[in-house]
Amino acid sequence: MKKSGLFMLLVVLLSLGLIATGCSTTTSSKENVIQIATQSPLSGDLAAMGDSIKMGAQLAINDEKETFKKLGFDIELFPQDDQGDAKQGVANTELLVSNPNVLAVVGHLNSGVMAPSGPKYEQGGLPVVSPANTAVDLTEQGWKTYHRICARDDVQGPAGAEYASKSLNVKTVFIAHDKTKYGQGLAEAFKKAAEKLGMQVVSFEGIDQKEKEFNPLATSIAAKKPDAVYFGAMYNQSGLLIKKLGEKKYNGFILSGDGSDHKDLLQIAGKNNLKKTFITSVAGDATRTEKGKAFAKKYKDTFKLEPSTFSSYGYDACLVVLNALEKSIKDNGGKKPTREQLNKAISETKDFEGVFTKVTFDEKGDNKTSDVFIYSFAEGTYPAKYIKTISAANFK
Amino acid sequence: MDLGSLASMLPQVFIDGLTLGFLYAVVALGYTMVYGILELINFAHGEIFMVGAFIGTEVLLLMQAMGIMSGLNPYLALFLALGVAMIFTGALGVSIERVAYRPLRFSPRLVVLISAIGVSFLLQDLVRFTEGMTRNAFYVTGPNLLDGSLHVMDGLILEEKSLVIILIALIMMVGLHLFVNKTKWGIAMRAVAQDQQTASLMAINVNKVIALTFFIGSSLGGAAGVLYAQYYGTIDPYIGFLLGLKAFTAAVLGGIGNMKGAMIGGIALGLLESLGAAYMGPLTNGNFGAEYKDVFAFSILIIVLLFRPEGIFGEAVNEKV
Repeated sequence: MKKSGLFMLLVVLLSLGLIATGCSTTTSSKENVIQIATQSPLSGDLAAMGDSIKMGAQLAINDEKETFKKLGFDIELFPQDDQGDAKQGVANTELLVSNPNVLAVVGHLNSGVMAPSGPKYEQGGLPVVSPANTAVDLTEQGWKTYHRICARDDVQGPAGAEYASKSLNVKTVFIAHDKTKYGQGLAEAFKKAAEKLGMQVVSFEGIDQKEKEFNPLATSIAAKKPDAVYFGAMYNQSGLLIKKLGEKKYNGFILSGDGSDHKDLLQIAGKNNLKKTFITSVAGDATRTEKGKAFAKKYKDTFKLEPSTFSSYGYDACLVVLNALEKSIKDNGGKKPTREQLNKAISETKDFEGVFTKVTFDEKGDNKTSDVFIYSFAEGTYPAKYIKTISAANFK
Repeated sequence: MDLGSLASMLPQVFIDGLTLGFLYAVVALGYTMVYGILELINFAHGEIFMVGAFIGTEVLLLMQAMGIMSGLNPYLALFLALGVAMIFTGALGVSIERVAYRPLRFSPRLVVLISAIGVSFLLQDLVRFTEGMTRNAFYVTGPNLLDGSLHVMDGLILEEKSLVIILIALIMMVGLHLFVNKTKWGIAMRAVAQDQQTASLMAINVNKVIALTFFIGSSLGGAAGVLYAQYYGTIDPYIGFLLGLKAFTAAVLGGIGNMKGAMIGGIALGLLESLGAAYMGPLTNGNFGAEYKDVFAFSILIIVLLFRPEGIFGEAVNEKV
């Protein structure tokens, strides 16, 4: 057992090394450095989406760096990995709140992670602009620091239902969800609207967020033969369900929300199984506008990756923050604003034109001018083919 | 939902459950062999399964990238992927045993168990890291080799994949059975399982036999991984955890340490889970839907263990491998 002694020594050395590097990253307050944090999953199941948000925000920071340099400030991105996990999200939040350099946060992909972190941001007065939270009740808590640029589930769900009923002529629908705050919230909003529109809901089922075995669900859908399936979940799961539905020769429409808006859906589901798949999304198609095309090119040049809609969410959310930051620096006589001042400026954002979204926050922190877009995967391309825009104002 | 359509689902649910069950059974064999010989629950086995899935898929992707896939018979490609994955995971199993278990063989059980859990985290993160570096995402979707299907009747589609999985699993199980019961090495394995010290007195190289057990168990796990990747299409570094847990459950259900038990336990668990997922929702009016299928399967496990703590085929310690 001599070797294990050496081994132990190595282990001790390694852990000391880790502790040492951990210490060196803690920072003290610097007068001319402003950090914008992102919080999104950079590891785990949802890392692909979380990375897109981070890179979108990074691009926005790169673009505006010069502007702030002229004002005498260094702006930096401070990316955090919330792992799509509520516990980790809250732990990160506490660190961010206690870091004096961090003035604002772009983030949380998952509504379920945002919910427990919200009170912590509120306590620390740290403003948050979420690129992707759609759960309704997040803006019903009275949080002053919380804002989001995308449409809520109670707009996105009904928009999907309206499209299914009026354009696809769906009469019976099977609804499933992943039991998360996002998936279930979306599915419930869809169900409510579907019933109002006279559709028959043949089943409403939850499936675990980590489930990978979709045979039973696909079999019971194929047996019930509904006109359409609505699945409130993220792309990794909706892809698997769509694949299994294809293998069980289910022949109806498949609808899902913005969680399925991801290029990997094509591979996971298989292009042939996506012929009758539609999604609602809260982000516009980057390739349809000149601004969007320029963004896509820049993104590709910087990261050697195709942008996803989540990159655009991240980019616009970060631009909202930077726009307010610039304003609050000027209002503060060129000095570094406090979190409170920045939060006020963010909350007052009006008619801001991002690349993909128009942003005017209401008193709750919702974006008044958010739209929902319908996309089709019939051609097996990503981004999916744009079909139509449904204005959020229809459902208020 | 009316009874007629419930009944019409049954054949499909049965076939899906059977396919899943055979996968569980092959993985459960790895648990049960190692337990039989070392009385160690090798919690890294689920991760070996996962590594097998990744290696098989990477081999297929590599062949696709090199352009030799199109001219190749899909079965040949599958067997190639299976072969590479089995050799690699077998070697991985042996080296894990050498590095993480053998130095601890005479330590308390708990120490080895913790070492196994450590190995399992290490493998997960290693795969996540390498895949993340090379592909920027650690979801990997491999090429679909077998997409034939036979529409037998309304509500029953026989997929080529399912049949191939069941067939390969059966061949492996029969092969293992013959190996353990008919060959010299098999006799040595059974001897070591019964009594290590006496076996070593009979000129059996115990370390070699244990390494062989790990090689066979792990390569079976790796093969199951390749089949899983074909069946489900998309894999990630975390598939091993839940599947490993279920396969372990299957081994316990059948009687851990007993090979016949692992096979029957696996198939039973797969069927139970599939039936539970498909029928619990409709039968309880949607109050307990498919999301409770694991609860259903594990409840059956608890009930079996309450009445037969040694598992269905478990015997009171005599013959273990």
